[in-house]
Amino acid sequence: MSETAVHDRTKESFQRLAAAELPALYSLARRLVRDGAEDLVQEALLRAYRSFATLKDDVAAPRWLKSILVNVFRDQLRKQARSVDEVRVAEVEDFSLYRTLVDEDPFPYSDTLHQDFLHSFSKEDVREVLMRMPEIYRAPLVLRYMDGFSTKEIARLLGVPLGTVLARLHRGRKRFESEMWDYAAQAGLLIGRGVR
Amino acid sequence: MNEQQAQQGTIRCSEAVRQLWDYLDNAVSPEDQERIEQHLSFCRRCCGELEFAKELRAFLASGAVEEIPPDVKDKLEGFVEEL
Repeated sequence: MSETAVHDRTKESFQRLAAAELPALYSLARRLVRDGAEDLVQEALLRAYRSFATLKDDVAAPRWLKSILVNVFRDQLRKQARSVDEVRVAEVEDFSLYRTLVDEDPFPYSDTLHQDFLHSFSKEDVREVLMRMPEIYRAPLVLRYMDGFSTKEIARLLGVPLGTVLARLHRGRKRFESEMWDYAAQAGLLIGRGVR
Repeated sequence: MNEQQAQQGTIRCSEAVRQLWDYLDNAVSPEDQERIEQHLSFCRRCCGELEFAKELRAFLASGAVEEIPPDVKDKLEGFVEEL
């Protein structure tokens, strides 16, 4: 998170804050949505500008902007009202990537099998894996493990009970592991498997 | 797991693995923490699961920063200036 000094609530002050936080906001938006990251950032900036006067703590400004972006994302999700692929989630409830790697041994000559598997993924590969997940599982995972929000904060931002966030995080982790394995096989990241 | 372990309240691998990420988050109860640690004290495979969970978390965190393409940055900066 970058340090941004906000001393007043003028338009110029907001513009300085927004300009400094653009990379972080765009990065978060790209991990939340497959398409439309720019639109998400623009809508978040508009909302933030309108309520800039309500920002109390200058130090919290970068986090505040991210929270507004997540709110916009949540509202978009509600409008889309997509159904979730629950069956697919149930299938992966007991999936263990650690065990699968041991059993399948995709890098037979490696002494660091699990690390080698993770390091075979580029950032773009990771994004593609995330995009294969339903939004309701992807968003908590991104916010918790990539952007460092607490589970309570995520519950507030997404407007769901804490128990729901914890359940979605658990299923999201399992889904992410399963999607990593499937993606690696399809994209040819495993030695002797798939084609790239 | 043998019968004696079951009587002592030892958890199975599936239960330990299910809670590992919450355990790393310090988000389990003291009782569950004790059961998980007891399980880890004798289960080598779950210790492997724990180490991999740590690596996967670090891996996820390392992917958090994504470069903003210059043309997108220019466009968004223009948007901010027009506010």
